Amino acid sequence: MQTLKMVVTGPFNAGKTEFIQSVSEIDVVSTERKISSEIERIKDTTTVAMDFGRITIDSEMTLYLFGTPGQKRFDFMWEILSEGMLGFVVIIDSSRPETFREARKILETFRAYAPTPYVVAANKQDCEDAWEVEDMRIALRLSPEIKLLECVATKKNSVKEVLLELLYSILAELESVEPALVN
Amino acid sequence: MAIKGNLHDFTLTQLLNLINLAHKTGTLVVEGTNDSVEVFFSNGKLAYAQTGEEDNSLVGILHKSELLSANQYRGIKANVNGMSDKELGLLLINANYFSQQEILNSLQIHFIDVLKRLFTWMEGFFQFETDVSPPEDKITVRVNLENLILEGSRQAQELEHLEEEIPSLDIGVKFVDRPGANIANLKLSQTEWKVIPYVDPKNTLSQIAKVTDLADFEIRQVIYSLLQAGIIELVRPTTPAGEPPPKRIPDPIVKGDKEEGKSILTRIINRIRKL
Repeated sequence: MQTLKMVVTGPFNAGKTEFIQSVSEIDVVSTERKISSEIERIKDTTTVAMDFGRITIDSEMTLYLFGTPGQKRFDFMWEILSEGMLGFVVIIDSSRPETFREARKILETFRAYAPTPYVVAANKQDCEDAWEVEDMRIALRLSPEIKLLECVATKKNSVKEVLLELLYSILAELESVEPALVN
Repeated sequence: MAIKGNLHDFTLTQLLNLINLAHKTGTLVVEGTNDSVEVFFSNGKLAYAQTGEEDNSLVGILHKSELLSANQYRGIKANVNGMSDKELGLLLINANYFSQQEILNSLQIHFIDVLKRLFTWMEGFFQFETDVSPPEDKITVRVNLENLILEGSRQAQELEHLEEEIPSLDIGVKFVDRPGANIANLKLSQTEWKVIPYVDPKNTLSQIAKVTDLADFEIRQVIYSLLQAGIIELVRPTTPAGEPPPKRIPDPIVKGDKEEGKSILTRIINRIRKL
């Protein structure tokens, strides 16, 4: 059995767990704990280790989706999670511009860990206060060739679209690689 | 659609960059700790600005820019009841008090000054409402934002440096026991002198900032210059350890066989489509 991995990252409370939950065929394995930090009291529990979901591709292959812990103090986990990944999704809460700067830092950190393809998902586009994606592109300083996609992580089809766009990027990158010279 | 946030998390420079690049028209309202500011933009250019605390009328701005004396200011104020800025501007031009250019220059300087003040705000809830124009009776200008953005970036860099030197405002300051020999020649600015009486280990920097009416950026500037002069010292918290450098990891698909990689990806794509 071959296992492959994609990483879902992004700031605290951006919607990573919901994103994985929407497409995983198993209940997302999550190690949620009560939050102790004052600043993180937006929700009752948060991901302190990791989430992972599973999609069986066929009898020979399984794709795992790993969610990174959102808080800075767990960033030592990121490098471990990024090892061997096909690509990654950066999820950003479109209605919380205060997290954009952090999202940018996370994106740059993951790019440094592994130069694999990635897409940025502008989550919570169904919220009243959601920023428009093109405004987010400017705010996040994303160049036009980077895919910034509208997303509602609680909706399966929306999550599927994001994953497919990432896979198309990986495929395009693979096709652009020159074959290695053989001695 | 409104753009909302806090300057602490999304800086004014970033916001101006967005307005400039997207050629946005609308009103930016920023609520600070002690004041609020309203700035209007037209097609990505600064058009008008006003604060909640000051006299934002044309006569008030002309007085502030010293084109009107205190007596002239009071006299005009008493006689222009109900007159709009546009009407008053025309009256002053027709009476040969000022040229149109002088009035526009004064307004432009004032609006830029209001906007620049926002750069010193490190906190403040902002809301940008598109397609909201300034009041019709107000005179507007058109100022490119590029230079302001550059200045804001420079100030942000300075702030970053100051934040490294003074990481928190919840620390105390005290006079050093043995100041440097050059203290006799030390010349302090007016703002620095405002701070000096409050230098006491019992007072935190945020308390001093509040009592001297200085923004966070300004108190950091003053404290930094006093530190550099060698007359005060901070009680610093311990600094966190540095982060380990990231290392690069190869992509398993790219490093493998190209055709096999494509086959794997096609299988995953087909599966995801069927979910």
